[in-house]
Amino acid sequence: MAEASYPPELLYHPEHDWARVEGEVATFGITWHAQDALGEIVFVETPAVGTQLSANEAYTEVESVKAVSDVFAPLTGEVIETNAQLAAKPELINEDPYGEGWLVKVRIADASEAGGLLNRDAYVATLDE
Amino acid sequence: MSVTAPLRRTSLYDAHVALGARMVPFAGWEMPVQYEGVIAEHRAVRSIAGIFDVSHMGQIETSGPDALALLQRLLSNDVARLGLGGAQYSVLCREDGGVLDDLFTYQLAPGQYLTVTNAANHERDLDWFRSQADGFDVELYDRAGDYAMLAVQGPLAREIVQADANSPLPERMTVASRIIGGNPALVAGTGYTGEDGVELLLDPDAAPVVWEALTRRGARPAGLAARDTLRTEVCYHLYGNDLSTERGPIEAGLGWCCKEDTGFIGADAVRAARENPPPEKLVPFVLTAEGIARPGDAVVGGGVVTSGTFSPSLEVGIGMAYLPLEHAGEGSEFEIDVRGRTRRARVVKRPLYAHA
Repeated sequence: MAEASYPPELLYHPEHDWARVEGEVATFGITWHAQDALGEIVFVETPAVGTQLSANEAYTEVESVKAVSDVFAPLTGEVIETNAQLAAKPELINEDPYGEGWLVKVRIADASEAGGLLNRDAYVATLDE
Repeated sequence: MSVTAPLRRTSLYDAHVALGARMVPFAGWEMPVQYEGVIAEHRAVRSIAGIFDVSHMGQIETSGPDALALLQRLLSNDVARLGLGGAQYSVLCREDGGVLDDLFTYQLAPGQYLTVTNAANHERDLDWFRSQADGFDVELYDRAGDYAMLAVQGPLAREIVQADANSPLPERMTVASRIIGGNPALVAGTGYTGEDGVELLLDPDAAPVVWEALTRRGARPAGLAARDTLRTEVCYHLYGNDLSTERGPIEAGLGWCCKEDTGFIGADAVRAARENPPPEKLVPFVLTAEGIARPGDAVVGGGVVTSGTFSPSLEVGIGMAYLPLEHAGEGSEFEIDVRGRTRRARVVKRPLYAHA
């Protein structure tokens, strides 16, 4: 797996999730740290389009051979698209956690929630503790 | 409640760290759970050869004129049939048939036996052996500190070890002393992966040199995570998951290693269970759709998953579960509550994985 990376343009949730906000839509995924801690991901089931996600609540799980980890929604919103590739290739989350390994896109319910998320440096600081 | 004791390290700790292993606490030891990745390590063992540090496992030596008599009393198998240089699997039972451990025993010399214990059970096993030894003319020795243990497993494992050995390796289910990589070792034709291979018991100080020699010849370091997926694919029991003092050997499917006529401790309970089977039985299963069941997941309608993982060979969720007898037949379909989601599963024949 690649070197640790935390793109500066993303917002981070302390439970090791990221959000890429583009207007009314945000893409969610898990961070490099999360996929590295889990190891090779072998199973993920994304929620159906139309599912309402609530900020700070688990909306799915990702599973490695040995472990299961909850995935938390950084923001509140409705799922408008899911990453269909993951059913057959869950390892994309390991290979490209911020790109091809994205999980869901949501229509954001309350843009102001983004203010409660961490920027890159603040998130990386939580990893050093 | 728990007291935090410092984790113990095997003599290969530095080698693991140098290889970039992820180290985790396991049964009081700091052990490598994976190196390059569990799936790659698993496949290396199935296709080439892997080398595992299993130095956390314990050993008890039983020696003396009554060694056989004591072991016959303690172990479920017929120890009289364990010949010189032989290996034998058995369970250690309480009077009520509850399983204290599952063990391999080797006869190293006439009247000298070495029993390999699970790390988490070693002290309890040792206490049990000692508590039952009154009246027997035997010496019991805790040998856990005297041996490092390496398992070399896979289709090329014997070839790799043979290349560093002074004479032909012992056959499957036998044990012999050899010089491996310049160091004396007990070599046993046993393992926990379903592959051919050997287990080496040797001086902890010599283990790093032997590890280095065998990895240089192509044995790929493999961690505890791969050890678990490998043993689950071939339905080998893991104590603490599939076996416990709350279950007897009959329901665990280990009646084959119980010889009640020897009069071992627990034989009466085992005989009774054989005649009047317990309500549940341990069976292998595969998930028939998506999902991965984990230990502790409940079976819908009764029963529990005790081993559950993703199978790197079959690429589906697999495991073993205690199921009510009436639903435990091969081909029986059932459902597992996997953290609130219902997953479909089917009872299959053991082993879950066998070489094509």
